[in-house]
Amino acid sequence: MENQILQIIYLIASVTFIAGLKFLGNPATARKGNLMAAFGMVIAIFGTIFLYTTETGAHLHNLGFIFAALAVGTIVGWIVAKKVQMTAMPEMVSLFNGMGGACAMLISIIEFKHLAEIDLSTVAAGHLLTIVLGLIIGSVSFAGSIIAWGKLSGNVKDKSLGMQQLINIGLLLVILVLSGVMILGNTAYTVELFYAVFALSLIYGVLFVLPIGGADMPVVISLLNSFTGVAAACGGFLYDNKVMLVGGILVGSAGTLLTIVMCKAMNRSLVNVLIGNFGGGATGEAMGSANFDGTIKEVTASDAAILMKYAKKVIIVPGYGLAVAQAQHIVHDLELLLEAEGIDVKYAIHPVAGRMPGHMNVLLAESNVSYDKLIEMEEVNPEFATTDVVLVVGANDVVNPAAKTDPNSPIYGMPILDVENAANVIVNKRSMKAGYAGIENELFYKPKTSMLFGDAKKALTQLVSEIKALG
Amino acid sequence: MLTFITQHIEMFYLIILMIFVGIELIGHVPSVLHTPLMSGANAIHGVVIIGSIIVMGQAEHVASLILGFLAVVLGTLNVVGGFVVTDRMLEMFKKKK
Repeated sequence: MENQILQIIYLIASVTFIAGLKFLGNPATARKGNLMAAFGMVIAIFGTIFLYTTETGAHLHNLGFIFAALAVGTIVGWIVAKKVQMTAMPEMVSLFNGMGGACAMLISIIEFKHLAEIDLSTVAAGHLLTIVLGLIIGSVSFAGSIIAWGKLSGNVKDKSLGMQQLINIGLLLVILVLSGVMILGNTAYTVELFYAVFALSLIYGVLFVLPIGGADMPVVISLLNSFTGVAAACGGFLYDNKVMLVGGILVGSAGTLLTIVMCKAMNRSLVNVLIGNFGGGATGEAMGSANFDGTIKEVTASDAAILMKYAKKVIIVPGYGLAVAQAQHIVHDLELLLEAEGIDVKYAIHPVAGRMPGHMNVLLAESNVSYDKLIEMEEVNPEFATTDVVLVVGANDVVNPAAKTDPNSPIYGMPILDVENAANVIVNKRSMKAGYAGIENELFYKPKTSMLFGDAKKALTQLVSEIKALG
Repeated sequence: MLTFITQHIEMFYLIILMIFVGIELIGHVPSVLHTPLMSGANAIHGVVIIGSIIVMGQAEHVASLILGFLAVVLGTLNVVGGFVVTDRMLEMFKKKK
């Protein structure tokens, strides 16, 4: 009876995951979808604690410890998730993903230890395979996510050993061969092999993410996210637990597709992202300081203010610089001020502006910018020709014409915002330093471009007060 | 191996179906929602916590208990952190007026 109720609970939870994910795909219902999936998760957790029975009909014990662990995780997770700055959201997602991977990894270890104490030789190969798969995928996801988190928060630099790809492929082969021997070989060293696979998987996770450029981290996080999904599904297989299987495979499949969609938004293939070594320091230095024609033209806040006040149409291009400077509120003030003057103001959102797709939308939404003002790339590109002033705030690579003109550029082929078609381009940047891809931007040297140097928040605050002063 | 597959044939059906469902669900999502979607999916795979609860509820030894405790804590972090972060992102998508 209890088991039957639990199965029904799992069924309901599975439906909330599917429907929740569906609702998450539409701005109007997204929040509801998230809450729905969360509800499913809560009933599945408590159902398991109180109703789960083993084959012999025994209930779970250690309930005190389980609740203590739940309490610790809930309090810490809640506080961290509530406190994190919107700008640090991508690395937070990566960190939580790593926790899930580690959880799957630990399950495999405990289960294996348990079997090893009884008798490993009687365990079915398929059973052992599931455990090892969960171990490998969970460990890679855990180690990889931690590195991705470190990269996004600036603690880990892009690094590439020589022949990194060969080393990685070799390592992966070694892991697979060892796992094969362990599962099918029936050697006396099953336990040793298991821990060797565990250690190598962790190393592989680190080496897998280490050489990938910081700008590609969103894609990597999305990929690792689907890895963790598959690791969770392995657990589901292990315990014949359908809700784990549904949740895990769902995320594994949706996450893989999301990864591909994100790659497409950058016009690159997944393989290219994984081995492209994009944005490594080497490219940036090799390109060196510019050898473009033309010079940098600096503009003062008051000149920029005049230019904007007498414009008919202004498009703002936000980038990561805006996020770092927390300038999302002041940019909204600027928008309101210009609109009060009867100027048409829009935001042009590149699919990968910031550190994650949709990053800019989240930030601007935070400062009350209406989302119908946020125009996506394909839609906004034809509009630049009729625009008087484009204000680029802390964006760089997404407006770099090299993506169209220079086949040698690492970002060649990435769709960009065609800001150079506008009558005037004002670029706000802290310095002439190259963007995340580590390459020079010819746009800054064009005659219609002028540079407004300074921290985005300070520069925009000044700009706003100058426009106000014009009366 | 064959017996293993036939013993778990239901699970294999589920896997295949869920792969297609996952692909269908993400098919035409505007790029605006990619981040919250990734974050939401991230929270959903936190379902791995169920496995850690089952493992811990049967743990006999101190070592398993400690590892299990850690697993449940990490799984909870994934679930709670994932859903709360996603909610915070989506909270901002309210239509303004």
